[in-house]
Amino acid sequence: MNLFYHIGKYALLMKRVFTKPEKRNIFFRLFIREIEMLGVNSLGIVIIISVFMGAVITLQTAYNIESPLIPTYLVGLTARDSMILEFSSTIVGLILAGKVGSNIASEIGTMRISEQIDALEIMGVNSANYLILPKITAAVFINPFLNIISIFVGIIGGYLATIFTFAIPPDQYIEGIHYAFIPFYVTYSIVKTILFAFVITSVPAYHGYYATGGALEVGRSSTRAVVYSSILILLINVITTQLMLA
Amino acid sequence: MIKLENISKSFGDKQVLNNISSVFEKGKTNLIIGQSGSGKTVLLKSIIGLHQIDEGNIYYDNREFSRMSEKKKKDIRKEIGMVFQGGALFDSATVEENVGFPLEMFTDMSDEEKKERVNFCLSKVNLENVNHLYPAEISGGMQKRVAIARAISLNPKYLFCDEPNSGLDPRTAIVIDQLIKELTVEFNMTTVINTHDMNSVIEIGDKILYIYKGEKWWEGTNDEILYTDNKELNDFIFASDLMRKFKKSQL
Repeated sequence: MNLFYHIGKYALLMKRVFTKPEKRNIFFRLFIREIEMLGVNSLGIVIIISVFMGAVITLQTAYNIESPLIPTYLVGLTARDSMILEFSSTIVGLILAGKVGSNIASEIGTMRISEQIDALEIMGVNSANYLILPKITAAVFINPFLNIISIFVGIIGGYLATIFTFAIPPDQYIEGIHYAFIPFYVTYSIVKTILFAFVITSVPAYHGYYATGGALEVGRSSTRAVVYSSILILLINVITTQLMLA
Repeated sequence: MIKLENISKSFGDKQVLNNISSVFEKGKTNLIIGQSGSGKTVLLKSIIGLHQIDEGNIYYDNREFSRMSEKKKKDIRKEIGMVFQGGALFDSATVEENVGFPLEMFTDMSDEEKKERVNFCLSKVNLENVNHLYPAEISGGMQKRVAIARAISLNPKYLFCDEPNSGLDPRTAIVIDQLIKELTVEFNMTTVINTHDMNSVIEIGDKILYIYKGEKWWEGTNDEILYTDNKELNDFIFASDLMRKFKKSQL
């Protein structure tokens, strides 16, 4: 019953979020600010993790398929498809759920307990729309770019690993990257990223918006936001994979 | 003028407000007083619509507020200024942006006009050269003054203050009280203040509503409060030796 209560409350909050903004220019300004906060500021961590994951996937694949029957260029193919299908969408989504999710939940939660949200409501501002809509739209807009960058950088990471370790010849890796490329995988990855972007902004916003009590409760709501976002990301990952790749 | 008619409010089984009626007049500072947990904050939040009341009616100049549609409530809210206990200033915005926020949201003023209005409001609360500072960079008293400046920026008809001088030193508290009183008279607002500061009660209480265990226990002016024989009110107001001596000297 508690689950249905939260689903209903979340749906009602989203109904308030997705209304026409009070002023278009203010919304646009906040949208740009959130692109910087949620997207540009996450670029560093996405690049670092993607480079290393690309390298590790390449090395692990290379060391585990030492068989004369399997061509070595498949290492490049595996690294490419792993990055596109799973890492750059799902794993980066989980990482951002931690970074961006806790940030959103604590920001909105602090505004709730310090009565800043009440102040907005008293002024006649739809606080849910004003605070949450720019975050959701900005993440839905910018995260596909992060996804593409992550794929690109991950593949470069794999290439660098082949240069520095000679696990497989670099030209074989490049050949593998070109081999049997299915463009639909990129579409699949971007669709997942958009869905995850919605989850990692709206779920923490919900937990922050309804935070009660003091600083301790803001911390708890932030933790809850990350946990529930992560679970939802994994659930959506399974559903979209079945729907799009079956 | 704000009129309360038989306001009742419960949270679960707990009755917090019981059948409260009163009238807050224009151009006067109306105080809601009571012990912690008496229901005065719930009453204030019910009047401004942050809590939905269970029974009764709230009128803003004969406009029934409590049962209004959200859209109509929104229009009335644009006539309301509110000073929260902690100021509730937006942390990520400067003083100027905080005061100018309602102007930006609800008016089509040019940047120049907005700046002029912001400076006017800040001058009304005796603040200068703080426009580009953030709330964390100014003192508690200054934050309260910025909150008042923001509350009056749209020329409100109604001003609500939730414990405006809590956490301030006695001298600053008096300054804030006087400021609210002056602005109330100057802009002819209906001001409702939630407080348990006894200096405020004596100094600026044009009308005082005493809430005891969720009920209206007494109402009158700051002169009448000195002569009241209401036991609970006397125990509350004149709890300290200093206040008892003050009452004696006044009588």
